[in-house]
Amino acid sequence: MHITTFTERPYADVPEDEVIKNSSFFGVSNKFLNPARGGELFNRYLDEKVYAEELGYDGVMLNEHHANPFTLGAVMDVEAAILARITSKVKIALMGNPLPVADPLRLAEELATIDMISGGRLITGWVRGAGCEQIANNVNPTYNRERFNEAHDFIMQAWSKEGPWRYEGKHYEYRHVNPWVKPIQSPIPETWIPSLVSPETAEFAARNRYTYLALATFLPPTVEMWNLFADTAEKEGYQAGPECFGYMQKVVCADTEEEAYELGKNYVYGGGQPAFARPEWMFPAGYNSKAATKRMAYALTDPETNEAIVSGKDASQAVNVAAMRKYNHEVLYENLLRNRQIITGTPESVLPKIRHIMETLRPGVFSIWHIEGGSTTSAQSMNSMKLLGENVLPQMREWAKELDLPGPSEVKPGSRKLPANGKRDPVVDASIEAA
Amino acid sequence: MTNNSWTETTINTAGCELTVTQGGSGKPLLVLHEELGDPGWQAWKEELAKTRTVITPQHPGFGVSPRIDWALTIGDLANFYAQVMVEQGWVGADVIGFSLGGWLAAEMAAQNPSQFSSLTLVGPMGIKPPSGNICDIYHYLTTDYIGMSVANVEATPEFATLFGGEVSAEQFERFQDATAESARFAWKPFMNNPALSHCLALVRDLPTLILWGEQDQIVPFSVAATFNSAIKGSKLVAFPACGHRPEIEQKDKFLAEVNALLA
Repeated sequence: MHITTFTERPYADVPEDEVIKNSSFFGVSNKFLNPARGGELFNRYLDEKVYAEELGYDGVMLNEHHANPFTLGAVMDVEAAILARITSKVKIALMGNPLPVADPLRLAEELATIDMISGGRLITGWVRGAGCEQIANNVNPTYNRERFNEAHDFIMQAWSKEGPWRYEGKHYEYRHVNPWVKPIQSPIPETWIPSLVSPETAEFAARNRYTYLALATFLPPTVEMWNLFADTAEKEGYQAGPECFGYMQKVVCADTEEEAYELGKNYVYGGGQPAFARPEWMFPAGYNSKAATKRMAYALTDPETNEAIVSGKDASQAVNVAAMRKYNHEVLYENLLRNRQIITGTPESVLPKIRHIMETLRPGVFSIWHIEGGSTTSAQSMNSMKLLGENVLPQMREWAKELDLPGPSEVKPGSRKLPANGKRDPVVDASIEAA
Repeated sequence: MTNNSWTETTINTAGCELTVTQGGSGKPLLVLHEELGDPGWQAWKEELAKTRTVITPQHPGFGVSPRIDWALTIGDLANFYAQVMVEQGWVGADVIGFSLGGWLAAEMAAQNPSQFSSLTLVGPMGIKPPSGNICDIYHYLTTDYIGMSVANVEATPEFATLFGGEVSAEQFERFQDATAESARFAWKPFMNNPALSHCLALVRDLPTLILWGEQDQIVPFSVAATFNSAIKGSKLVAFPACGHRPEIEQKDKFLAEVNALLA
């Protein structure tokens, strides 16, 4: 099993009431940004990644968002290039590069540079980018899927084909493709595809034999996607295994249950992930297929309260800031704890909950979404990482052996043969499927 | 579909299964609808249908007629409709276009002014305003955008009937399709063609009416003068205390101007 660390690397000092008033992190004015403070945070987050390596995590994971204090890192590849130099063992997972908003040739060069400097430790990840990324980068959302596919195909060629050559596609044109940087990992770097359970993405990952990483989605729709991946893999002629699947989970540890509980509240600072962006920004016209829109609403809806947890409230609704803050810290937080979207506790108490995920989903990659943001101090964040690293990770590794959950660097995704009858074996706990 | 005043039919034309609503009798009057789709058979259409055959094609890709993939711009869509005009025997029709449909009508006139007898543009998109911006529909929920489209909701009796009134699941999907297709055509440059004001120089002898609400929050009134000077001999009529929908906000004045042009 590959165990990696992740945080959103937020601009922690964004005023909570401004986020609540706006019903969304996206759209809060950057007048609240102090660049010097932002610089401190960038360095703190980089230091924490180095610390994760010292603690024995297998990887460090970055993401990027634009025009949004939810994630300070808008130019992830720059941070990754620094990590390539200041770490020596960890894999550097970029989850992911939003292809439709990128210049694909430039991106192929940036990623190859990171892989070269790190000695082949890059894990690439391709995403379509959230709806608001299309708006922030002014990229036509109706061509999002087309641009994703074309950019992906182009980058594969840019890394493999001998140059110089000429490219004329529908969305991109290049007169002279001949990059003098290429990934050390040949033919392409290890690749994971992060997703919020879009069926098209699961099929894309399976067809390309990439690892599919579910981003903290509820378990039942995640199981559905993994089954869809495995069915697609069967059609492609291989058996999907744990190396094909990753799962991200928010976990915070502290010395006492009470401390962990209080610290975990920072996950819902400003409304947390559900307040990432308002619906008109999250789902711009044409960004999703109709089927995908419906599925996403289902995947991110609390199965017990039937409450959507991804999109903020309608902008036309007046917001009672005090009431909303209280709601976030009490009702929303409790719901997310109850549904195990957030796990808090001491190492002893979080372990059974992690075991449940490992048994149910059988992932070969486990990404721990560490606590940051709000009032979280660097000491608290690093203590959580330390408690997990020293007391939880060793047990997870034992369990991964017991449950036979190899990561993608142990078994190459797409390399398992189908059973002799050509019908795939289950990829998740069968009792969960039966239920 | 049919009711007393109008029928909805689907015709195979110019390579598209194009759905058209049609009512009245007389010389054809082509209506080109807006970015949210066809708002419906409103009172002004009923009035004009007394003397005209009022024809509203449902633009390809806007939730009723299927998309035509080869059309990438509003200029391409104008070419598609020029083919439809020829195939359907509508050449020589009068045309009236609203908002994005006004832009479409202007593109068609700029490509071939002789395909029309007259041109009426109501709050058209298509030219970048000299001051203010065309409202960014992609920053708003559709219901909020519709609310912004009139100057005074309470003073607009037909407001409640726009797009059939309440937003049903089916209507919501149509809005999604329509705004998506609008984005496909006009995401960047946003809802305008930088060449259009120059191309309109070809429109010389076509009777042209430009109607605009002075309180228009969707397409700023500032660009009305640009259209008026780009089209030789056009007549600009401003509607004080009116938003983006003079046809329902100030129906009588709207009809008086249009009838005078068509007479």
